[in-house]
Amino acid sequence: MTDGSMTLAPMATPEPARLRHSLFAPDKRTAARNAQEARFRFYGLVAIVIALLALVWLLFSIFSAGLPAFRQTFVEIPVTLDAAVLDKAGHGDPAEMASVTTIGYGKLIGKALAAEIEAKGIDIGAMTPKDLVGMISENAAADLRDRVLADPKLLGTTVQFTALANGRIDGYFKGRVTMESAARDNNTSPEKLMLADKLVAAGVMDMRFNPGFLVMPDASDKRPEAAGLGVAIIGSLYMMAVVLCLALPIGVAASVYLEEFAPKNRWTDLIEVNIANLAAVPSIVYGILGLSFFINFAGLPQSAPIVGGLVLTLMTLPRIIIPTRAALKAVPPSIRDAALGVGASKLQTVTHHVLPLAMPGVLTGTIIGLAQALGETAPLLLIGMVAFVRDFPGAPLSGLFDPASALPVQIYNWTQRGDPGFVERASGAIIVLLVFLIIMNTAAIILRRRYERRW
Amino acid sequence: MSLGLLFLTVLALAALAYAIGRRRAMATVGGDLRKLHSLPTFYGWITALWVLVPVFFVAILWLFGEGFVIHNSALTHIDPADVPADSSVNLMMADVTRLAEGLSVLAAKGSDVAALEQDIDGLKIALGEAGVAMGNDPTPSMIAAAEAVRGTAAWSRIGLTVVSLALALAGFVWGYRRISPEFRARNATERVSLGLLIVASLIAVLTTVGIVFSLLANTVHFFRIYPATTFFFSATWDPKFGGGSTLGILPLVWGTLYVSAISLVVAVPIGLFSAIYLAEYASRRVRGIVKPLIEVLAGIPTIVYGLFALITVGPLLRDWIAMPMGFGNSSSTVMTAGLVMGIMIIPFVSSLSDDIINAVPQSLRDGSLGLGATPSETIRQVVIPAALPGIVGAILLAASRAIGETMIVVLGAGAAAKLSLNPFEAMTTVTVKIVSQLTGDTEFASPETLVAFALGLTLFTFTLALNVVALVIVRKYREQYE
Repeated sequence: MTDGSMTLAPMATPEPARLRHSLFAPDKRTAARNAQEARFRFYGLVAIVIALLALVWLLFSIFSAGLPAFRQTFVEIPVTLDAAVLDKAGHGDPAEMASVTTIGYGKLIGKALAAEIEAKGIDIGAMTPKDLVGMISENAAADLRDRVLADPKLLGTTVQFTALANGRIDGYFKGRVTMESAARDNNTSPEKLMLADKLVAAGVMDMRFNPGFLVMPDASDKRPEAAGLGVAIIGSLYMMAVVLCLALPIGVAASVYLEEFAPKNRWTDLIEVNIANLAAVPSIVYGILGLSFFINFAGLPQSAPIVGGLVLTLMTLPRIIIPTRAALKAVPPSIRDAALGVGASKLQTVTHHVLPLAMPGVLTGTIIGLAQALGETAPLLLIGMVAFVRDFPGAPLSGLFDPASALPVQIYNWTQRGDPGFVERASGAIIVLLVFLIIMNTAAIILRRRYERRW
Repeated sequence: MSLGLLFLTVLALAALAYAIGRRRAMATVGGDLRKLHSLPTFYGWITALWVLVPVFFVAILWLFGEGFVIHNSALTHIDPADVPADSSVNLMMADVTRLAEGLSVLAAKGSDVAALEQDIDGLKIALGEAGVAMGNDPTPSMIAAAEAVRGTAAWSRIGLTVVSLALALAGFVWGYRRISPEFRARNATERVSLGLLIVASLIAVLTTVGIVFSLLANTVHFFRIYPATTFFFSATWDPKFGGGSTLGILPLVWGTLYVSAISLVVAVPIGLFSAIYLAEYASRRVRGIVKPLIEVLAGIPTIVYGLFALITVGPLLRDWIAMPMGFGNSSSTVMTAGLVMGIMIIPFVSSLSDDIINAVPQSLRDGSLGLGATPSETIRQVVIPAALPGIVGAILLAASRAIGETMIVVLGAGAAAKLSLNPFEAMTTVTVKIVSQLTGDTEFASPETLVAFALGLTLFTFTLALNVVALVIVRKYREQYE
């Protein structure tokens, strides 16, 4: 970069400084400009590094908080199912045995744990039997009761029972609960934690993969250890099915009309502007629409996957229409001309030739639209999906009208609970959500790479 | 007949109609295809469409009208004097619906519902055992209303089944009788198909109409029972259940703008510089890897960012900046939400700006470089000014994203409505308040609930205006170089 003005300068007054200067060594001004160039380039690099670091930080924080949710502390003890306690009438009739509540089962488990601890020769110090029961999840009694009621023949036998450990004990092994915090906690005590250490050493208690996290329903505020994603995953699947069944055909039909049939006039212009704007409307506004139209006006039930599915369909439609139109536009006109030339009608041209050729693009757009819908939370909050739902919804189609939860809403729900164990659950649920999203997006990418044609 | 079964039956009828229509068309010409106006499949299709389409539209209208009719039939049984002072007709209707469901559950179990209805205490116990929770104890008028709900619902289902099947059969007979060699089956099929395509594209318009109507109607209702001047100009947001609330939007708008401003301060420099680097400096390979990675940020659900703000960024800012420097001790702050939202909208700024910078003609760059400018001088003095309208459009789109964002602020910004300059204080936004006023058992007569619709309308108008301006700018700019 030489200075152009040099040749124009009058020769009569030569400047000594310039004469000494070689063309091969940059002058001050050039050096400054080059430094500025390097700085500018560096800013760009820094911006990219910051953006990528933010991504890494986000994923790292979620994964490190959420991975422990997939492992859980279990206690494995032999429990003698005393027929005298569980079936007082002695008929072996499940209907009569149902009168024994979980409290009765809880006592049995407490007894079994005490016996097991004694058999292993562990000193429990000043702990009461009630303290011992507190080491095990409140859910264990309900599990045992369900197992016995399902199979009354178990009465009187001794079964090997795997119970969830209490959330605080589990938190101790995951580093969430410490001796100091336990001393201040009403729900646990340092003695319990020390006993837990001894139980692990004796092989009664251990930590392992917890499939229940993926299949069990939500649990109440005091039992984070028993909370699972079963209902939420089913609810999300139902909603995605509704969105797929409605948004794909409607979106394709609308795009085909706008791209292939619609005359260019004000009316179709209005539809186009409309679709562009709908894609940018904040998602919570769709929630308001769902609440006032589907629930208040049409009387559909709250918390039902059908309402969530309908709201998400309306939200996803513009996001499917836009890539579908692009895919249709990418099919070269010569294909249409050829079909029309051999006598096909316009509709035949579209259904036999244009649409099949555009299908990879359409499906890619649909999958990405579905992935966005799967992670959407705000509209679902307004249509009542935050409700605490423990019962699995029925089989489709009537199951679509049963109350259910959804993955992102379940995550939100868990962040609002008091017990710190739910933060781990929420992060774990996000990992599940992200895995679904990764699968869907990978499918979309593969579809695009393999089938997309460049003309 | 259950909905699923009805649906399958009608589908099966349509399939049958297709087969019969096709065969009938062939039969009319004695198997000589040349004498038919259209291919035989079109005769099948049009017959099937005659079965499907009328049933489809009638069933949709029926299902939407059903809830309305059931609600009104139950309402006639409720005596306004029966409604407790601290409750409302709407809450009572929720109980009636639950009661009706409970009665159906009991009936399905084989209990004697008629006898139980005479014995309210027994009914309460039976409902409790069936797992149906009631807000209030059932009263005779509620039981009557619940019975009306059940009765109307049952009749409505029967009516829907009868009407659908009758329509399907009528459509089939009508379509069947029209089949003749001269009948232009292809043209008819295509006309109906085109009609269906138009209906599908109208759904987008209907959605907009539905959004505007549901927001407007409830907002008008709100302003009838609450003064608009207080809503727009009061600086306090203090909802009280039981009346006497002050619902001023100003603190919410302030919180929204503050959070969005911080997020733009984070996202615009980062997004813009990455876009410039990717478009002007990066090699193809780097670009091919980095661009999708940055776009991953846009594909992550907002609830993930919300949790990130809640468990990582919030405590970090509190422990390292806010507390040591004495700005505050809350982990949900404007700063937390703004920072995390800034990360989220980086790709909105960078991707669009990248496209726009790439669309600047190469000749402009070549001219500038040829005159001896360095690449950075070219970018700053030629490329960016040329791309400026598009970049402004991209920033406006990102801003509208930030204003309408919900989950990050719900989890990261807090719930206290405040007018303050300190970014390390908890503040709240319009979207947070929409969520908090509309979740749970709501009752659509009080200003505390209806205000959410006025907030929603404000939000909708605001983001719509931003989007339209952004789109107009982007479009105008694109026309310049094409």
